[in-house]
Parts: sequence; C-alpha cells; structure tokens
Amino acid sequence: MRRTVPLLITGIVGVVFVVSYFIPHKPFSNLNDWFSDWFSIVAACAIVLGSLNLILISSQKVARRKEDWGYAVVIIVCFLITVIAGIAGGRGYQNTGTAFEWLYRYLYVSLSSTMYAILAFYVASASYRAFRARNIEATMLLVAAFLVMLGRVPIGDVITQFLPEGARISDFQQWIMDFPQTAGQRAIMIGIALGLTSTSLRVILGIERSHLGGGD
Amino acid sequence: MSRRTIEIALVVVGLALCTLAYLGKKNVQGWHSGFEFSPTTSQIVIGLIGLSLVWILVRTLQDKAVGRRTVFLYVGIAIALPLFMSIDQDIVISENTRHVYESLGELPPGSKVLVSFDYDPASSPELQPMAEAFLAECFRRDLKVIMVALWAPGAIQANIALDTVRARLGLDTTELVYGEDYCNLGYQAGREFVIQRMGTSFEAMFGTDVRGTPYRQIPLVRNVRNFSDINYAFNISAGFPGTVEWVQVAVSRFGLKLGAGNTAVQAPQVYPYLRAGQLQGLLAGINGAAEFEKLIGLKAVATTYMLAQTFAHLIVIAFIIIGNIAYFRGERETKLRGRTQ
Amino acid sequence: MTDRYRPLLTPPVALFLFALAISPATFAQNPEPNPSDSALISAVGSSLMTGPRPAVILSGGDRDNDDGGEIRLTWQLSPDDIKGGIVTGYKVLKASEPGGPFVEVGDMAPGTSQLEGGETDDGRPYYFKVITLSMVPSGNGALVEVSSESEIYGPIVSSAQWFHMGRLNVFVGSVLVVFLILFMIRKARSGRELYVRKIAGLDAVDEAIGRATEMGKKVIYVPGIDDMDNVMTIASMIILGYVAEMTATYDTYLEVPVSKSMVMVTAKEVVKEAYTKVGRADSYKMDQVHYLTDDQFGYAAAIDGIVVREKPATMFYIGSFFAESLILAEIGNAAGAIQIAGTAQPTQLPFFVTACDYTLLGEEMFAASAYLSKEPRLLGSLKGQDYVKAVILVLVVIGIILETFGVWDFSRLFTVV
Repeated sequence: MRRTVPLLITGIVGVVFVVSYFIPHKPFSNLNDWFSDWFSIVAACAIVLGSLNLILISSQKVARRKEDWGYAVVIIVCFLITVIAGIAGGRGYQNTGTAFEWLYRYLYVSLSSTMYAILAFYVASASYRAFRARNIEATMLLVAAFLVMLGRVPIGDVITQFLPEGARISDFQQWIMDFPQTAGQRAIMIGIALGLTSTSLRVILGIERSHLGGGD
Repeated sequence: MSRRTIEIALVVVGLALCTLAYLGKKNVQGWHSGFEFSPTTSQIVIGLIGLSLVWILVRTLQDKAVGRRTVFLYVGIAIALPLFMSIDQDIVISENTRHVYESLGELPPGSKVLVSFDYDPASSPELQPMAEAFLAECFRRDLKVIMVALWAPGAIQANIALDTVRARLGLDTTELVYGEDYCNLGYQAGREFVIQRMGTSFEAMFGTDVRGTPYRQIPLVRNVRNFSDINYAFNISAGFPGTVEWVQVAVSRFGLKLGAGNTAVQAPQVYPYLRAGQLQGLLAGINGAAEFEKLIGLKAVATTYMLAQTFAHLIVIAFIIIGNIAYFRGERETKLRGRTQ
Repeated sequence: MTDRYRPLLTPPVALFLFALAISPATFAQNPEPNPSDSALISAVGSSLMTGPRPAVILSGGDRDNDDGGEIRLTWQLSPDDIKGGIVTGYKVLKASEPGGPFVEVGDMAPGTSQLEGGETDDGRPYYFKVITLSMVPSGNGALVEVSSESEIYGPIVSSAQWFHMGRLNVFVGSVLVVFLILFMIRKARSGRELYVRKIAGLDAVDEAIGRATEMGKKVIYVPGIDDMDNVMTIASMIILGYVAEMTATYDTYLEVPVSKSMVMVTAKEVVKEAYTKVGRADSYKMDQVHYLTDDQFGYAAAIDGIVVREKPATMFYIGSFFAESLILAEIGNAAGAIQIAGTAQPTQLPFFVTACDYTLLGEEMFAASAYLSKEPRLLGSLKGQDYVKAVILVLVVIGIILETFGVWDFSRLFTVV
C-alpha cells in the first residue's frame, strides 16, 4: 500500500500530462491545470516541513551540546528573526522599507553575492590545476578556451585590430559559440532528453521504483 | 605564531582592505568623493601586476609552483583594482545583443512586455545591470512592463531594479504610474508549472500583485489573460526555472516571442534555441549587459564592470599558461629520468 | 467617441507636439516629404477632425487546437497605424447580438492585427468589432483619446478540439519512442543478454565507499538543488539507494544534506529502506538525512562548512546542480575527498569534470539504476533508448543532406507548435 498509492499517483498524473499535450479538450486541459495548481500547493506546504526539520535537528544539537552546537544557535536565531520580520510586514512584506526587505537588501544580497563571487576564485584555481594540453583534444579545448576568453572581452579585439573586420578574435569567439559549441550542446541535449524520456517512462509505468525506497 | 593566529590576522587584513576599498568607492558624507586612479597610475598598476606574473613564471621554471592561495590573491586583485581605474574600453556589440535591442525597437509604444525575474541576489551582480538597462529602455520607448518572478527573491530584485531605474532616469511618480505603465505581479511557486498555467490564465497564477492589489483592479493587466496578450517577453535567468523552461513551455506551446538575459555560465545552454529561432536575442553575462548599455547609450555599472572582467580573463589565461609550462617541464623531467634509468 | 486624458503628456509637451504637427515650418522644412512623413501628416491632420481611420475585420472563426472558449479574429490595420503615427492601440469588443451591448475583451498595442481569445461560451454565436484608438491634441493643449469603430463581424462560434493537429508529429514520434522502449523491455524480460558498456563513474562507487570505510570517515551524498519533479533528482535517489546499501553493509556513516523538503522525505525513505534491506535497520539514524535550506548558495555554504569541519573521505554530487557545483567540488577537492559527480546540466559538466575524480555525464546518470541493478526490465529500457537515438541520428543525417541540396520540407515535418 505504501508504494502502490504513490505509484498510482505518479502514473495517473504522468499520463494526464502526456495526454493533455495532445488533447486540448476538457477534462484533460482542466486536469492539467488542476495538477499544476496542486503541485504549487504541495511545494509551498513542503517548505514548512523542511523548516521544521531544520529547527528540530538544530534544537537537538543545542540541547545535547553536540560538536559545533554554536552554529545551530545561529541558525535558529537567524531563522526566527527572518520569519518574524516577514510576518510583521504583512501582505506587503516585500515592499521597499519593510524590515524583511531591509534584511533582504542589506544581509541576504551581500551574503549570497559573496558566495557567488567565490566562483571567480575557484574557476581560476580549477583552471590552473586542471587545464593542461595533455593531448590533441585537450590542446584544442585549450585553444578554444583562450579564444573565447579573449574574444568575450574588449581587449581581444584591441590585440587583433590589425586584422580586417570579421577576422578578429571576437568573430572567432562568436563562431565557436555559434557552431562547435552549439553542436556539442545539441548532442548532449539529445542524449539527456532521451535519458529523461526513458527514465520518465519507467517511473510513469512503475518499472522504476527505487526512488520510492527500493524494490517491490 | 600558531596557524589559527595567522588565519585570524589574514582575515583582519582582508576585512581592512575590503573596508578601505568600500570607502574608496563611496562618497562618505562629503568627507571625500571616492578614489579613482589616473590613467598613468592605472598603467603603472597594470605594469606591476604584469611584472609580478613574469616573476611567478620564473619561479615556476625554477620548479617552485605557486599554490591556490596565490591564484586567489591575483584574482582578487584583478577584480578589485579595475573598479578604481578610469580606462575606457571599446565594447563590441554581438548579434545576439543587437537582436534584443531590435526586438524592442519593433514594438510600438504601448506594447505589453512581460519581464520574468528568475534569479536571486547571488547572480544579481551579473544580472541586475541587465535588468536595469532593459527596464530603462522599455520605459524610454513607452512600453508597458509586467513583471513576474518564478524565483522567490525575483520580486524584490524587480523592485530594486525599478528603484535604480527611476533614480537614474529621474522619473517621478507623476510620469511613471504604477499599474498603468508597469506593475509587479510578484513571485509564484510552482516553477515551470507556473509558465504552463500562465499559458491559459495569468490571473490563476497571480491573483494579486506584490502590493496585494487584486489582478482585475490593475489597469495594465485587466485585459491580459494569457501569453497571446503579450507582445514581447524577456526572461532574466540564473538557472532553473529559467530560459530553457520559458522556451520549452511558453515559446513552444504558446508561441510567445521571447528574449533572454542569462549568466555567462548558463548562456551556452540556450544557444541551440537561438539558432533555432526560438529566442529573439540573448544578453550573455555582464558582457551582454555592457553591450546593451552601449546600444541604449547608457554608461552604467555593466560598462564599469567590464574592465574587471577583462582583467580577470587575462589573469586566468596567464595562470593557465603558467600551469601548462609547469606541466610540460614536469613531463620533460619525467621522460629524462626514465631515459637515465 | 471616447475621451480620456492621459497625465503622461503634460500640457507643455502636448502643446509642443500639437504645434509641431500643425506648424507650417514642419512642412516648409521638408518641401518633398517622404511617403511615411506625408502619411503621418495626413493622419494627424485628418484625426483632428474625425479620429483615426478604422480597422477592417478580415476574418474570424474558432481558434484552432484549443479547449474552447476562444475565437480568432484578424483585421487589417488602420491606415493611420504607421510607425510614429497617431494610433495608440486597438480594443476588441464582443456582443451576443449585432446590436449589442458590447463588452471589451481585448486591449492591443498598435501594429497588432489579431486577437486570440474573446472569452466566449462554446456553441453560442458572438459578434465582434474593433475600435481603433488614437491621441489628438484638444483645444486646451492636452491630448485627448479619440477612436473609430470597424464594421461588426459575426457570428463566430467557438468550440473545443479533441486533438491538437499541430502536434501530430510529436504524437507519432512519442508513440515510436514508447514502442521501441517497451519492445526492448519485453525482449530483455525474455532472458536475452544485453550488453551495457562500462561506466567508470558507477564502477568507482564501491571503491569510493571502501576508502571511506578504511579511513573511518563519513560519506556525504549531495542530491542536487532541485525538487522531486526533476527527473535528475529521481535518478539521484535511485543511486542514493545503492550508495546507502553499500554504506550500511560496511557500517560507514552516510550523511545526506538536502535542499528541498520533498527530497528530504524521499531520501529518508530511500536510506531507511536500504538499511533495512541489508539487515542494518538499527544503524539508521533520523538525522542522517537532513534539510539545510532551499537557498542555492546558503545550501552550498552549509555543505562547505560540513566538509571543512568534518573532512569526509568520499563525496557524491549526483542530481541537478547549477553555479554551486564548482564551489562544492573545489572545497571537496581541497579537503582531499574522493569525489564522484553526476548531472545532466550541460553547463555544469565541465566544472565537475575538472574538480572531481569521476563524473557521470548526462545520460550515464539515468542509466545508473539499470547498470547497478542489472535488472532486465531496466536494461531493456536502456537498450530501447539507444535504438531511439539511432533513429534520431539517421533522421538528422537525412535532414542535413536534404537541406544541403535546398530541400526544406523534410525539416518542416519536425516543427512543433
């Protein structure tokens, strides 16, 4: 029963989505919208579930004085402050000037941007460590990378300004992006799409059930 | 000195440098109006960085390869210092950026443009300049802008972009009327299902706007039922759900005319859609934003950031070359050792 | 005629426009105005007296391939609707009777010549007219909205369709894909041996867990940042089941930090089942699978914190990843963990390939359950997928050849609406 019901729901919803793509007539169009609405509702409700789990595990960590329990205190305090600021703001909690918006603009934006900015450092160090002209293919990749990196910034054209228009680095860069890169992307996308289709079909038909917690 | 003490000292020095850099760029209550290197100073700084890279190359040739922290330091310098430099660069405009600009140019005044803010603050340094430039151009052309968000922070990002655009354009409330010239319908959970549902009814997904006004009471969208009432859509995206989902659902299923602005990392993924004509233009990363700023004649943050972008690319290229030299040297020595054995 | 004052155009601006429109200097500067200029001048001039010339409804009927309640109406633009002209938009009105009353069902920008919608009841006749709107200066300088009406068109009756004819090609393709996959599943069940090539990333799973066991350190499994509606996350849960079985067998601690609540619930179930399956249900702990945050970089930062503090021996990154991929993989690399990644996000594959020891590239990840379980039905679906790929390759080659010789009809067969 614990598996049959989820399998049934998956199967029915999957089939309805596929069928409604081809049959616009009611009830399929309605069912499609209805399931979409339900997904939004379940996704919104599930956030509460996750938050409760976070608080529960963090509280247990503090109560049992587990290693690094200080971080758990920070999580709980920050969580409560954000929730209270959001609720206090009412319907317009996202509007300019509310406490929530202040937290968002001056804390969350800075923290998130910092995390994203770290990428610049990691891209450089990973390239330095791993980008080697080990063989012909790797060398071609390296040359393409150089052309794209130089062609994406104005200095590329400054270096090659003695060349006629249409033969400068930015043009090579655009050609690489438009053709070899796009061709590669398409090949990967076709492969992935087939993998997705096959997996979806297995899930809809109930052949694949490992994601529901193992075998039969 | 213990390792912990060194780490704390480094953090303190780092913070002090960040504070200095921040104050250097900011006008602090009339105390000073921000630092900027003269072109000569800028060139000296660039020369010094170049010389130090040559020194690293020499060290590498002496089998003293640099560690990752040195790479981090150089990247930090390459990104931070250009923000204080006043070097103009000639930005080359790509076809994809031009298509976005031309798509807007083809729209008659009063056309309805849907802008989806599908990103968060993390990618805002790259995407926010794009959003601001795009909105500025829409308002300049008297296009009506309907904003939505499939990412929770997107709704606030839209408000922040609006604040910046209004401050920059000097448009006060009597000139740009909320609900008539633009509106922010806010965030809706449900990812690509939201796009699918918008194909039949906007109102079903966005019952109220961010201010809590019921959909039917907003004059701009009162008659907007679904995508067929939208003249052009622009998706600013940093991932999922984003441009791929907008193309797959809104363009393929509902025939929406769509342009996009993506982070540089994500842009290659949407190239197949550009070539297939499913996307009407693409602003790729900060370059795309800078190109768009140039097209609309606005010298804003993206143009400023481009110098840092140039420096960062050059530093990465320099370190890849240094890394390869070290690799080939190592290979050669291994082979020589093999021969002698 | 509708009068509506627009605050956007303040009196001085309007006065200037008005003066410009009627000033003799405007004409004098261009003794031989080009056709568009003269059209604009005549449009402005005529509108002062009568408003814009009306649009003409050309055709109307039921909207194709919809679920009813909508019609399609096409009209010829007003001759005054030119670039830089006076037309400011169109309104479409509908009524049940030719004599009205009419209600507004569409509000379109200038240059728009079609409406798809109309909010109609199926089977009931409706009559439509198009109002052309324009702005002209009034006596006091402000701009006034004036309009003109088209002839009434109708009756139009809407209806719902039972099949979307524009998607017939997709239907045929889908049937072919499903048929091939099901056929191969059936064939595999009949006991025929199916060959699957070696996938290094999946073969390395045992080795990676073995290393953690030897070192007495934990294994961290990161299932990506997407929810359960993403097939990549489902594929990740399938591999998690196998990893959990292995860690339970070797009594190695497995930690699964997740970023979505629904993934948390599923992962808990998968790990618990795996522990039970190998008879180690007592080793399973409630907090092995735990939620961190929905926020992308908050999640990455939290995992980085765990990795830096606890130095795991093995890291798995399998699922849907975005910009956080390199942040995670570089930190794992710095911590000295053996790393196995897998994603079908093409943009993140280069980062994982660079920073991890093994990477499952796109479809390899979806092949995992078949590869690891060797279950005939799953292997059959994998084989079917290969046949579909072969068919696509043949079609692509045919398309390339035909288009090279200027034959486009074949490619058009694959256009989807």
